[in-house]
Amino acid sequence: MKLQSNIPSGPLAQKWDKHRFELKLVNPANKRKYEVIVVGAGLAGASAAATLGELGYRVKNFVYHDSPRRAHSIAAQGGINAAKNYQNDGDSVYRLFYDTIKGGDFRAREANVYRLAQVSVNIVDQCVAQGVPFAREYGGLLDNRSFGGAQVSRTFYARGQTGQQLLLGAYSALCKEIAAGSVQSFTHSEMLDLVVVDGQAKGIIVRDLITGKISRHSADAVVLATGGYGNVFNLSTYARNSNATAIWRAYKRGACFGNPCYTQIHPTCIPVSGDYQSKLTLMSESLRNDGRIWVPKKKEDCRKDPNSIPEEDRDYYLERLYPSFGNLAPRDISSRAAKRVCDEGRGVGESGLGVYLDFADAIKRLGEQKVRERYGNLFDIYHEITNENAYRTPMRIFPAVHYTMGGLWVDYNLMSNLPGLFVLGEANFSDHGANRLGASALMQGLADGYFVIPYTIGNYLAAQKPGSCPKTDHPAFKEAEENVVGIIRRLLQARGKRTVHSFHKELGRIMWDHCGMARNEAGLKRALELIPALREEFWHSVNVPGSEADLNQSLERAGRVADYFELAELMCRDALERRESCGGHFREEFQFPDGEAKRDDENFAHVAAWEYQGPDKPPVRHVEPLVYEEVKMTTRSYK
Amino acid sequence: MKVRLKIWRQPNAAAPGRFETYDTPDLNPNMSFLEMLDVVNEDLTARGQEPVAFDHDCREGICGTCSLVINGKPHGPHRGVATCQTYMRSFKDGDTIVVEPFRARPFPVIKDLIVSRKAFDKIMQAGGFISVRTGAAPDANSLPVPKPAADEAMDAAACIGCGACVAACKNASAMLFVSAKVSQFALLPQGQPERERRVLRMVQAMDEAGFGACTVTGSCEAVCPKNISLDFIARLNREYARALLKGG
Repeated sequence: MKLQSNIPSGPLAQKWDKHRFELKLVNPANKRKYEVIVVGAGLAGASAAATLGELGYRVKNFVYHDSPRRAHSIAAQGGINAAKNYQNDGDSVYRLFYDTIKGGDFRAREANVYRLAQVSVNIVDQCVAQGVPFAREYGGLLDNRSFGGAQVSRTFYARGQTGQQLLLGAYSALCKEIAAGSVQSFTHSEMLDLVVVDGQAKGIIVRDLITGKISRHSADAVVLATGGYGNVFNLSTYARNSNATAIWRAYKRGACFGNPCYTQIHPTCIPVSGDYQSKLTLMSESLRNDGRIWVPKKKEDCRKDPNSIPEEDRDYYLERLYPSFGNLAPRDISSRAAKRVCDEGRGVGESGLGVYLDFADAIKRLGEQKVRERYGNLFDIYHEITNENAYRTPMRIFPAVHYTMGGLWVDYNLMSNLPGLFVLGEANFSDHGANRLGASALMQGLADGYFVIPYTIGNYLAAQKPGSCPKTDHPAFKEAEENVVGIIRRLLQARGKRTVHSFHKELGRIMWDHCGMARNEAGLKRALELIPALREEFWHSVNVPGSEADLNQSLERAGRVADYFELAELMCRDALERRESCGGHFREEFQFPDGEAKRDDENFAHVAAWEYQGPDKPPVRHVEPLVYEEVKMTTRSYK
Repeated sequence: MKVRLKIWRQPNAAAPGRFETYDTPDLNPNMSFLEMLDVVNEDLTARGQEPVAFDHDCREGICGTCSLVINGKPHGPHRGVATCQTYMRSFKDGDTIVVEPFRARPFPVIKDLIVSRKAFDKIMQAGGFISVRTGAAPDANSLPVPKPAADEAMDAAACIGCGACVAACKNASAMLFVSAKVSQFALLPQGQPERERRVLRMVQAMDEAGFGACTVTGSCEAVCPKNISLDFIARLNREYARALLKGG
């Protein structure tokens, strides 16, 4: 199989315009003859469903939540990037493009990223028109803040709740379309399989999470916007129910999985406090605008009251190592730096796995009131969780799994190698390369949903005869439904002794130890022995109580964890094969003497896309070369 | 520490429910309330019993999925936080804690502690939006918004749609929820063209869904995890009266 990226020809800055003109259109009267399934209602899914509904397509939107407004985009705190240059500080579409490409360690497609930077300006316009209450200056114009990996202020924000406000904006657009009858909303509905008819995605199998009823839904095209797969690690900043099942089961139906090993470990999360912990909480990167990160210079100071440690005994290591970006060094770099100082035994807190994020200077400079205005809700969250007052004592933070840059492989049109299957937002692999910059996830989700899919899906649908979509009595639907029911029964019939949670925890531990912030060949090989063994045990001795014909949260989780086992193995395989360090993928064997990531552009300037071969055969690794016409690949430096 | 839990168990909307008593295994005071329930569920599962169904997702107080009435209070003992941000250090060793679902006629119980809040989506679909098509928006800075208005709109927009306001209200009124959305848009210039239509439709949808009337006792504000102010209900009443007079 050859992966066709379908990147348009011509100069970078004109590709998208030219492509939009060349894409086939569906005439307005015909649009209502096409049915489109959108799975997920986060930023990408809700914006796509609403916009496709506005255009006149008949849209069915599926979420496992009780309401589309709950999707985990809602938890994004810091902001959304847009190349508006409202600050007159030298920003431009080209600079946002360049920062994003560089931030991704030269492992993303130029054309996709340039388009993302181009439409970023439309996104902010759209959100303002929807009534998103962005932060304003006294003159009434929009305010900006700066974020990691950039030297301009281009991040738009709504206090520490930007994701919430953008999501509620997209949700309100979705509500408008549901009311208008163009979108049908299915809540408490989890997609459990993709239906492929004659090589094209034509439907999904869904379980009603309240009644347990399995249903079939056909459509002319299927759009997956189901988010990332960081919960493979069990402990992460993801919502507890975020999962990989939709994309994983699409993978098992033939959609290639791109760069599964690219995971983002976010540097500023609240450290783990105990074995019972169910999730990790992020402290927004925006805190690094004013907070200073440090650890004691001497190991013996690590247990002392931080306020008693004099200035000369503190190591502000990011400012020391990366003077030009300082505390705003990109996430992968900041996380690894934190890991290094903790590995040296200079970590703080009970576990020794923590560094300080200190606001004393900011409070001195700006006053407590100003700091409260900027970050008050984050300080409150910190207080609730740790019972500590960060206005008085520095916060303790540590890296945690936060985002996955990998995902289903898509071409420039966001269509996977399975025609008719489109993948948006975090669920695809497309725009962030090996590392995502802060405030770019919201940008990508909305870019895909509002401004890319509405054009590109038409190009696919225009080639489909209206009314040609298969009926749900087609044998492919029957087979997919039987597959789903088979998995559910197998899980319920195991009747073993171990809970789903205990397996998930153990898998997460293996992944964190061997496929986390730093990876090496021996560790990955070890993980590739441990994971299949644990998976075997899972299928024999998992204990899933309750029935299939009922609301059954243990069963929901069991199905998701079963998929994590397989996905975890693929992540390790991908990490093993990528014999270089790049962005969030750090192979200990490949580093410079100062510990910085060492890329191998000669052999690895490509996307690895894995194709499923069945349960008993290893997947095949395909390669899409990354061609850089515009920017020169350099060693990423933030010094 | 250990606590004794009295938890509402109900197989589905049609079947009657009852309280069951569970003694927890040993707990760490730094656990969140939901992590405590995780531990109880692990224990129940290991003992061959069906775990307690409860709603949760982000576990950082923003998605609005978690609910629960803890010792008679929606979202538990503390002001301004959701159940998922409530920690066991707020309770004492040996305490008995009563855990119930949100109770309101428009929020039927689905199972155990999970209720349906679809009625909120219905209200939103009736008018909780500004009718702009994707792609038609003017430049974001072409419409200045005074900072105080933007800030107040944001105060209202912080609502997470959890429904605690309804659960706390003796009339199961949804006024705080509706007032937050109506106020957010009424305060912003973008919301003006549909200002009257929006409030009339949302209030009508609220009434049709079976939510009760507001008598301004303020219990909603007291339990709101986002501290949405009762002032917004006053604003909603003004907006409603204004729309009636203008014949929206």
